Amino acid sequence: MAGIPFGHVLALSGILVALGVACATARRNLIMILLGVEIMLNGAAIAFAAAALRWQQLEGQAFVLFIIAIAAAEVSVGLALIVHLYHRTGSLDPEKFNTLK
Amino acid sequence: MTLFNILFYAIAALIVVSTGLAVTRRNLVHAVIYLIISFFGSAFLFYLFGAPFLAALMVIVYAGAIMILFLFIIMMLRVETPEEQLFPARQMWPAVAVAAGYLVVGALLAAHDPSAGALLSPAQTEPAVFGAYVFRKTWLAVEVTSLLLLVALIGALFIGKRPIHESEE
Repeated sequence: MAGIPFGHVLALSGILVALGVACATARRNLIMILLGVEIMLNGAAIAFAAAALRWQQLEGQAFVLFIIAIAAAEVSVGLALIVHLYHRTGSLDPEKFNTLK
Repeated sequence: MTLFNILFYAIAALIVVSTGLAVTRRNLVHAVIYLIISFFGSAFLFYLFGAPFLAALMVIVYAGAIMILFLFIIMMLRVETPEEQLFPARQMWPAVAVAAGYLVVGALLAAHDPSAGALLSPAQTEPAVFGAYVFRKTWLAVEVTSLLLLVALIGALFIGKRPIHESEE
Protein backbone atom coordinates (compact mmCIF):
# COMPACT_ATOMS: atom_id res chain seq x y z
CA MET A 1 0.00 0.00 0.00
CA ALA A 2 1.53 3.26 -1.09
CA GLY A 3 1.41 6.26 1.20
CA ILE A 4 2.56 9.83 1.53
CA PRO A 5 6.28 10.34 2.22
CA PHE A 6 6.71 11.94 5.64
CA GLY A 7 9.11 14.50 4.14
CA HIS A 8 6.38 15.90 1.89
CA VAL A 9 4.17 16.65 4.90
CA LEU A 10 7.12 18.31 6.64
CA ALA A 11 7.74 20.37 3.48
CA LEU A 12 4.10 21.52 3.50
CA SER A 13 4.28 22.58 7.15
CA GLY A 14 7.65 24.24 6.49
CA ILE A 15 6.19 26.28 3.64
CA LEU A 16 3.31 27.34 5.89
CA VAL A 17 5.70 28.46 8.65
CA ALA A 18 7.82 30.39 6.12
CA LEU A 19 4.69 32.14 4.80
CA GLY A 20 3.72 33.00 8.39
CA VAL A 21 7.18 34.41 9.12
CA ALA A 22 7.08 36.51 5.95
CA CYS A 23 3.59 37.77 6.84
CA ALA A 24 4.55 38.65 10.42
CA THR A 25 7.77 40.47 9.48
CA ALA A 26 6.87 42.21 6.22
CA ARG A 27 3.30 43.46 6.70
CA ARG A 28 2.75 46.78 8.43
CA ASN A 29 -0.55 46.02 10.08
CA LEU A 30 -1.04 44.61 13.58
CA ILE A 31 -3.90 42.33 12.49
CA MET A 32 -1.81 40.84 9.68
CA ILE A 33 1.03 40.21 12.14
CA LEU A 34 -1.35 38.25 14.38
CA LEU A 35 -2.63 36.34 11.33
CA GLY A 36 0.97 35.44 10.50
CA VAL A 37 1.40 33.93 13.96
CA GLU A 38 -1.78 31.91 13.37
CA ILE A 39 -0.39 30.58 10.07
CA MET A 40 2.81 29.51 11.83
CA LEU A 41 0.87 27.69 14.57
CA ASN A 42 -1.21 25.94 11.90
CA GLY A 43 1.91 24.71 10.11
CA ALA A 44 3.32 23.34 13.37
CA ALA A 45 0.01 21.58 14.10
CA ILE A 46 0.10 19.82 10.70
CA ALA A 47 3.65 18.60 11.41
CA PHE A 48 2.58 17.23 14.82
CA ALA A 49 -0.48 15.45 13.40
CA ALA A 50 1.66 13.83 10.67
CA ALA A 51 4.26 12.75 13.25
CA ALA A 52 1.49 11.15 15.32
CA LEU A 53 0.54 9.08 12.27
CA ARG A 54 4.18 8.35 11.38
CA TRP A 55 5.07 6.84 14.79
CA GLN A 56 1.54 5.66 15.66
CA GLN A 57 1.64 7.57 18.95
CA LEU A 58 -1.10 9.78 20.34
CA GLU A 59 1.26 12.39 21.82
CA GLY A 60 1.31 14.32 18.56
CA GLN A 61 -2.47 14.59 18.42
CA ALA A 62 -2.58 15.67 22.09
CA PHE A 63 -0.05 18.38 21.24
CA VAL A 64 -2.28 19.64 18.41
CA LEU A 65 -5.10 19.95 20.93
CA PHE A 66 -2.93 22.16 23.15
CA ILE A 67 -1.73 24.20 20.15
CA ILE A 68 -5.37 24.98 19.28
CA ALA A 69 -6.16 25.97 22.89
CA ILE A 70 -3.09 28.21 23.16
CA ALA A 71 -3.85 29.82 19.79
CA ALA A 72 -7.33 30.71 21.09
CA ALA A 73 -5.87 32.26 24.26
CA GLU A 74 -3.21 34.16 22.29
CA VAL A 75 -5.73 35.54 19.81
CA SER A 76 -8.14 36.75 22.49
CA VAL A 77 -5.44 38.67 24.37
CA GLY A 78 -3.81 39.90 21.15
CA LEU A 79 -7.04 41.25 19.70
CA ALA A 80 -7.92 42.93 23.00
CA LEU A 81 -4.50 44.63 22.92
CA ILE A 82 -5.05 45.71 19.31
CA VAL A 83 -8.44 47.26 20.14
CA HIS A 84 -6.89 49.03 23.14
CA LEU A 85 -4.01 50.40 21.03
CA TYR A 86 -6.43 51.48 18.29
CA HIS A 87 -8.45 53.47 20.80
CA ARG A 88 -5.26 55.11 22.09
CA THR A 89 -3.66 56.10 18.77
CA GLY A 90 -6.32 55.62 16.09
CA SER A 91 -3.99 53.55 13.95
CA LEU A 92 -2.90 49.96 13.41
CA ASP A 93 0.57 50.80 12.11
CA PRO A 94 3.23 49.20 14.36
CA GLU A 95 5.51 52.13 13.60
CA LYS A 96 3.22 54.41 15.65
CA PHE A 97 3.71 52.50 18.90
CA ASN A 98 7.18 53.68 19.81
CA THR A 99 6.49 55.46 23.09
CA LEU A 100 6.33 53.81 26.50
CA LYS A 101 3.74 56.20 27.89
CA MET B 1 -1.15 6.90 -6.79
CA THR B 2 -3.94 5.96 -4.47
CA LEU B 3 -6.87 8.12 -3.48
CA PHE B 4 -5.06 8.93 -0.20
CA ASN B 5 -2.11 10.44 -2.11
CA ILE B 6 -4.27 12.36 -4.58
CA LEU B 7 -6.35 13.87 -1.78
CA PHE B 8 -3.25 14.85 0.18
CA TYR B 9 -1.55 16.64 -2.72
CA ALA B 10 -4.76 18.40 -3.79
CA ILE B 11 -5.41 19.64 -0.24
CA ALA B 12 -1.77 20.66 0.22
CA ALA B 13 -1.91 22.74 -2.97
CA LEU B 14 -5.18 24.33 -1.81
CA ILE B 15 -3.66 25.21 1.58
CA VAL B 16 -0.48 26.73 0.16
CA VAL B 17 -2.30 28.73 -2.54
CA SER B 18 -4.98 30.12 -0.22
CA THR B 19 -2.43 30.99 2.48
CA GLY B 20 -0.22 32.72 -0.08
CA LEU B 21 -3.21 34.71 -1.32
CA ALA B 22 -4.13 35.61 2.27
CA VAL B 23 -0.63 36.89 3.04
CA THR B 24 -0.59 39.20 0.02
CA ARG B 25 -4.11 40.66 0.25
CA ARG B 26 -4.44 44.38 0.88
CA ASN B 27 -8.03 44.06 2.09
CA LEU B 28 -8.05 42.48 5.56
CA VAL B 29 -11.49 40.89 5.12
CA HIS B 30 -10.32 39.08 1.98
CA ALA B 31 -7.21 37.89 3.83
CA VAL B 32 -9.32 36.41 6.62
CA ILE B 33 -11.67 34.68 4.16
CA TYR B 34 -8.72 33.10 2.31
CA LEU B 35 -7.29 31.98 5.66
CA ILE B 36 -10.62 30.36 6.56
CA ILE B 37 -10.34 28.29 3.35
CA SER B 38 -6.79 27.35 4.35
CA PHE B 39 -7.94 26.23 7.82
CA PHE B 40 -10.74 24.14 6.31
CA GLY B 41 -8.03 22.47 4.23
CA SER B 42 -5.99 21.80 7.38
CA ALA B 43 -9.06 20.29 9.03
CA PHE B 44 -9.45 17.94 6.07
CA LEU B 45 -5.75 17.09 6.34
CA PHE B 46 -6.23 16.16 10.01
CA TYR B 47 -9.10 13.92 9.00
CA LEU B 48 -6.84 12.32 6.39
CA PHE B 49 -4.18 11.76 9.09
CA GLY B 50 -6.68 9.80 11.17
CA ALA B 51 -7.69 12.48 13.70
CA PRO B 52 -11.42 13.16 13.15
CA PHE B 53 -11.79 14.83 16.55
CA LEU B 54 -9.01 17.30 15.77
CA ALA B 55 -10.57 17.97 12.37
CA ALA B 56 -13.86 18.89 14.04
CA LEU B 57 -12.03 21.02 16.60
CA MET B 58 -10.12 22.79 13.81
CA VAL B 59 -13.37 23.75 12.07
CA ILE B 60 -15.12 24.78 15.29
CA VAL B 61 -12.32 26.62 17.07
CA TYR B 62 -9.99 27.88 14.32
CA ALA B 63 -12.25 28.53 11.34
CA GLY B 64 -15.39 29.08 13.40
CA ALA B 65 -14.28 31.07 16.42
CA ILE B 66 -10.83 32.58 15.95
CA MET B 67 -11.30 33.79 12.38
CA ILE B 68 -14.77 35.17 13.13
CA LEU B 69 -13.20 37.06 16.04
CA PHE B 70 -10.75 38.56 13.56
CA LEU B 71 -13.63 39.51 11.25
CA PHE B 72 -15.48 41.15 14.17
CA ILE B 73 -12.45 43.23 15.12
CA ILE B 74 -11.72 44.24 11.50
CA MET B 75 -15.32 45.31 10.94
CA MET B 76 -15.54 47.00 14.35
CA LEU B 77 -12.40 49.09 13.90
CA ARG B 78 -13.22 49.82 10.23
CA VAL B 79 -9.56 50.32 9.39
CA GLU B 80 -8.97 51.76 5.96
CA THR B 81 -5.37 51.18 4.96
CA PRO B 82 -5.19 51.90 1.24
CA GLU B 83 -1.94 53.75 1.85
CA GLU B 84 -0.35 50.68 3.38
CA GLN B 85 2.53 49.75 1.12
CA LEU B 86 2.53 45.99 0.76
CA PHE B 87 5.96 44.64 1.67
CA PRO B 88 7.95 47.88 1.99
CA ALA B 89 11.60 47.55 0.98
CA ARG B 90 12.90 48.33 4.46
CA GLN B 91 11.00 45.36 5.91
CA MET B 92 11.39 43.21 2.83
CA TRP B 93 14.98 42.21 3.32
CA PRO B 94 14.63 40.96 6.93
CA ALA B 95 11.62 38.92 5.83
CA VAL B 96 13.48 37.48 2.85
CA ALA B 97 16.58 36.81 4.96
CA VAL B 98 14.62 35.00 7.67
CA ALA B 99 12.52 32.99 5.21
CA ALA B 100 15.51 32.07 2.99
CA GLY B 101 17.71 31.05 5.92
CA TYR B 102 14.86 29.03 7.32
CA LEU B 103 14.27 27.30 3.98
CA VAL B 104 17.99 26.45 3.61
CA VAL B 105 18.15 24.96 7.12
CA GLY B 106 14.88 23.10 6.56
CA ALA B 107 16.04 21.68 3.21
CA LEU B 108 19.34 20.53 4.74
CA LEU B 109 17.52 18.90 7.66
CA ALA B 110 15.01 17.22 5.36
CA ALA B 111 17.78 15.93 3.08
CA HIS B 112 19.65 14.33 5.99
CA ASP B 113 16.62 13.03 7.88
CA PRO B 114 16.61 9.22 7.68
CA SER B 115 12.89 9.02 8.46
CA ALA B 116 11.83 11.57 5.81
CA GLY B 117 11.18 8.86 3.26
CA ALA B 118 8.94 6.85 5.56
CA LEU B 119 5.51 6.33 4.04
CA LEU B 120 2.39 7.33 5.92
CA SER B 121 -0.46 4.89 5.54
CA PRO B 122 -4.07 5.62 6.52
CA ALA B 123 -5.05 4.97 10.13
CA GLN B 124 -7.86 6.13 12.35
CA THR B 125 -8.01 7.19 15.99
CA GLU B 126 -11.37 6.87 17.67
CA PRO B 127 -12.32 10.12 19.45
CA ALA B 128 -13.12 8.10 22.59
CA VAL B 129 -9.62 6.57 22.60
CA PHE B 130 -8.07 9.99 22.06
CA GLY B 131 -10.14 11.55 24.86
CA ALA B 132 -9.20 8.79 27.27
CA TYR B 133 -5.54 9.23 26.35
CA VAL B 134 -5.64 13.01 26.85
CA PHE B 135 -7.32 12.83 30.23
CA ARG B 136 -5.25 9.89 31.53
CA LYS B 137 -1.75 10.71 30.31
CA THR B 138 -1.72 14.48 29.88
CA TRP B 139 -4.16 15.59 32.58
CA LEU B 140 -1.65 18.05 34.04
CA ALA B 141 -1.27 19.83 30.69
CA VAL B 142 -5.07 19.98 30.40
CA GLU B 143 -5.27 21.66 33.81
CA VAL B 144 -2.50 24.12 32.96
CA THR B 145 -4.22 24.94 29.64
CA SER B 146 -7.53 25.57 31.36
CA LEU B 147 -5.78 27.90 33.80
CA LEU B 148 -4.14 29.67 30.85
CA LEU B 149 -7.51 30.13 29.16
CA LEU B 150 -8.90 31.63 32.39
CA VAL B 151 -5.93 34.00 32.63
CA ALA B 152 -6.41 34.97 28.96
CA LEU B 153 -10.12 35.63 29.58
CA ILE B 154 -9.42 37.88 32.56
CA GLY B 155 -6.56 39.60 30.75
CA ALA B 156 -8.67 40.27 27.65
CA LEU B 157 -11.49 41.67 29.81
CA PHE B 158 -9.06 43.91 31.70
CA ILE B 159 -7.29 45.19 28.58
CA GLY B 160 -10.46 45.61 26.55
CA LYS B 161 -12.14 47.72 29.23
CA ARG B 162 -12.16 51.43 28.36
CA PRO B 163 -9.93 53.26 30.84
CA ILE B 164 -12.12 55.39 33.12
CA HIS B 165 -9.52 57.98 34.10
CA GLU B 166 -8.81 58.83 30.45
CA SER B 167 -12.34 60.10 29.83
CA GLU B 168 -12.25 62.22 32.99
CA GLU B 169 -9.20 64.14 31.87
